[in-house]
Amino acid sequence: MNWFKYASPQTFYPLAGKLVPLFWVAALVLSAVGLYIGFFVAPTDFQQGESYRIIFIHVPAAWMSMFIYLVMAVWAAIGLVLNTRLSSMMATALAPTGALMTFIALWTGALWGRPTWGTWWVWDARLTSELILLFLYIGFMALHASIDEPRRADKAAAILAIVGVVNVPIIYFSVKWWNTLHQGASVSLTRAPSMASTMLLGMLVMAIAFWMYSIAAALTRVRSIILERERRSAWVGTLQEN
Amino acid sequence: MTGALISAFRRDVLQAWRRRADWLTTFFFFVIVVSLFPLGVGPEPAMLKTMAPGILWVAALLAAMLSLPRVYGTDYQDGTLEQLVLAPEPLPMLVLAKTVAHWLLSGLPLALMAPVLGLQFGLDGEPLAVLFWSLLLGTPCLSFIGGVGAALTLGVRGGGVLVALLVLPLYIPVLIFGAGAVEAVATGTGAAGHLSLLGACLCLSAVLSPWATAAALRVALE
Repeated sequence: MNWFKYASPQTFYPLAGKLVPLFWVAALVLSAVGLYIGFFVAPTDFQQGESYRIIFIHVPAAWMSMFIYLVMAVWAAIGLVLNTRLSSMMATALAPTGALMTFIALWTGALWGRPTWGTWWVWDARLTSELILLFLYIGFMALHASIDEPRRADKAAAILAIVGVVNVPIIYFSVKWWNTLHQGASVSLTRAPSMASTMLLGMLVMAIAFWMYSIAAALTRVRSIILERERRSAWVGTLQEN
Repeated sequence: MTGALISAFRRDVLQAWRRRADWLTTFFFFVIVVSLFPLGVGPEPAMLKTMAPGILWVAALLAAMLSLPRVYGTDYQDGTLEQLVLAPEPLPMLVLAKTVAHWLLSGLPLALMAPVLGLQFGLDGEPLAVLFWSLLLGTPCLSFIGGVGAALTLGVRGGGVLVALLVLPLYIPVLIFGAGAVEAVATGTGAAGHLSLLGACLCLSAVLSPWATAAALRVALE
């Protein structure tokens, strides 16, 4: 099987069209199962009560926020090196989903922090670096949006994404050291892994559900981007006729 | 190649010298921003002393960022940049020369002025010296990292605001290590670790950023 066949927007568009419903269904079913486990099966935490249940949203969102940035940068780099249009479109399609995940992680973290820590926000290393990740996503999207010519926008944004990836570990460690210097870790996120197995199961199911959602959303978005960019090509014309 | 490097450097410095007001604006921006903080937060000496490293460093970040559009902006408009890209000398080296010139004109004055402003905030002795050294090591990083942002936003709608959005998150490690060095020496833990990390940032950005900047310039001129 020739995988490069699907590197062209024309052949990828119908393939994505076939895959999108599958991923949406998987995302819906898995979130239903995951949320059911999270809300009805998993036991109440003896320390945090019911408020801990937000981790079924928070942790998968935080995982996805970091992972999507990496995937986005890889697609952007492939697009820059091999000059494949579809890779750059994929990177552009992933950015809003990644930003959304980062935002959800921050927001649910604040909602969890209020009853548990007694504050909406602490300048913890993880919180701060997640916030900076949101800035990086916004920068990527803003740069892409402000350049009219799509290919130039792709390349400029790709360079930014690569620079961002090199910087992410540096930013993370600098924030971590800064944090330990300032406060004697009054709040620790790293709890002992003494998690009930149903909690872990619920979280993993939700993680896969978020994964499916991200793929579905990115593929849906990349289809729109393909149509928008290729609107003058012949094959999109025939698509409209059918 | 050295000849080309030196002439690129000389050209930038000479141009800046002939239009001194442009660069002095950045310098005075730094001074004004720093002076605004006591007016905003109140004149208590103890508080100002603890806040001084952060204030001076954040002001330096903003000043460095404001001076970025000028590095490639005028060259882009009058076509000089195309000639630089077409030149037989490797573009990353020319970028390096231009960045060093940019630091000399925007970063170095800030580092030289900072101890004077630090005195206004009640810093003295060793913290003041460390403030100077941290800025001396840190401002070139800002020029190198900022160069990538400046090149990416060439000829882009709303480039001035956009460059802030792109560059400021990447400045965070420099800010943390720079302000941290002064704070560490003020609290008695010694600044060597922070200054070493700043030096590492400088090495890394000096090696990697000219390539990224050169790639971004090529994209801008396509």
